[in-house]
Amino acid sequence: MRQREDWGTDGITEAPFWVYTDPDVFDREMARIFCGRSWSYVGLEAELPDRGDYLVTRIGNRSVIVTRDQDGEIRGFLNRCAHRGVKLCRQARGNSRMFVCPYHQWSYDARGRLKGVPFIKGVKQLGGMPEDFRREDHDLPELAIARRGGVIFASFAPDMPALEDYLGATNTAYFDRVFDGRGLRVLGYSRQLIPGNWKLMFENIKDPYHASLLHVFLVTFGLFRADQKSQVRMDESGAHALLISQRGEQKASEDTRDMRNLRVDFALEDPRLLDPVKEFPDDATVVMQTVWPNLIVQQQSNTLALRQIQPRHAGAFELHWTFFGFDDDDEAMTTRRLRQANLMSAAGLVSADDSEVIKLAQDGIAEGEGRSLMLMGGRGTEDETHMVTEVALRAFYKHYRAVMGL
Amino acid sequence: MNVDRWRLEDLYADYARLLDDGPLEDWPGLFVEQCLYLAIPRDNFDAGLPLATLRCESRGMLADRVKAVQETIMFEPRYLRHHITQIRPTERDDGALDVTAHYTVVEVLHDELPRILSVGRYLDVVVEDDDGELRFAEKRAVYDSVLVPNTIVYPL
Repeated sequence: MRQREDWGTDGITEAPFWVYTDPDVFDREMARIFCGRSWSYVGLEAELPDRGDYLVTRIGNRSVIVTRDQDGEIRGFLNRCAHRGVKLCRQARGNSRMFVCPYHQWSYDARGRLKGVPFIKGVKQLGGMPEDFRREDHDLPELAIARRGGVIFASFAPDMPALEDYLGATNTAYFDRVFDGRGLRVLGYSRQLIPGNWKLMFENIKDPYHASLLHVFLVTFGLFRADQKSQVRMDESGAHALLISQRGEQKASEDTRDMRNLRVDFALEDPRLLDPVKEFPDDATVVMQTVWPNLIVQQQSNTLALRQIQPRHAGAFELHWTFFGFDDDDEAMTTRRLRQANLMSAAGLVSADDSEVIKLAQDGIAEGEGRSLMLMGGRGTEDETHMVTEVALRAFYKHYRAVMGL
Repeated sequence: MNVDRWRLEDLYADYARLLDDGPLEDWPGLFVEQCLYLAIPRDNFDAGLPLATLRCESRGMLADRVKAVQETIMFEPRYLRHHITQIRPTERDDGALDVTAHYTVVEVLHDELPRILSVGRYLDVVVEDDDGELRFAEKRAVYDSVLVPNTIVYPL
């Protein structure tokens, strides 16, 4: 098992390649991060409008059921029968009062409490469970639930701090900027299995440095550019971060000479693809929020999405996108959101660059000895007011090393 | 419109050829000017959710996608092979054809074995355009393979 000394440095400007490939590190991440003291995003209340509605999702690599019980409360528990480990729910979503294992029909209520065991007393006085078998010893682990602005978080830890304390004041304020209490309308899902370590996805969204260089589409249309007014802000722990920026003009400047990919001559044949309108009170046109350990809240122009990171093993994760708007969106706004979704999804004009580069990163990392360097913008973890920095990656690893004991 | 199955077969053969062998910039020409092209995961489609992973509402948007593939998106080089079968037209009252077909897209990355990128069905509307050519007025690639193996770069 890896020890803190194996990292190679005490600092946070480097991460050894084995943190992206070692199966033991992955197992420790599942135990300490995803099943530990964290709030994981699991879904939206809008996905569970009625009593008995449920959805199946993952916290880390653990399948969980989230449901609205008969009293209207949101509940969650592990999707794994206490008998032989069989998945209880095979459907991604549905409506049910009880959850019955298909194998031997053990049944559970909306809190994962074992309610029924067929033939518990045997048949014709033969068989049955031993005298000392108690149903209540075989309840499924119930999840703690937190809700804010229609978004549902869950935790395997029973004594978590309130969500706003977990996020800190700044991250809570930006979370509330999008989830301001209006009803949410789910527009649809996009899913991709990205052949890279899950942390590479967080690193990607916490890294504004790459956006001006890799993403020709963003740069060319001024959606995110190194010379724009920007901030990188974090909470005290370093676990969560915000990339905040303001759209500028599509023109060359003295800083664009390093942007080899800037294409001032590129114009859209059908400009309806990019027809952003201001919809939030502040001047930010893009806010990308990363919430430890599994959520990216995306507001790029008018495309809003929750990207949930579901690690499968050290070398792959599912990126599960939920695109949404608001109940009070008019038809023009819904159409605008659907068009702008072309930038961001499993086929996104922008996000394709990221899923492709993450695969190439994992390919390189998997070759063995080496380390990832995170020195851009210095060595610190303080908030910044520019994009040429890897500060949020350093902050992430400050928190990661503490939680992981590495 | 009398359904000429061979003309229809040719349209789908051209569709696959232009996407797989090029020239890609000729591919939008298989659609009418005011067209609709969607690549939509089957679970969204079945649930009536409108989100598509590719959404083009005109031949111009198709051309923008082509230009992005050719000039702006960074991706590992790949070959694609579209296999389109069970093409079945149904004539509508307005003379257009509702066409359903099955498809499989096999993807080959330079250093990896071939894999299925996408499998699903096409729900299309084909019309005879002003110049007499058959073109797509609507094409929906509804894909069963909702968990996409990494990235969809080229249209399905």
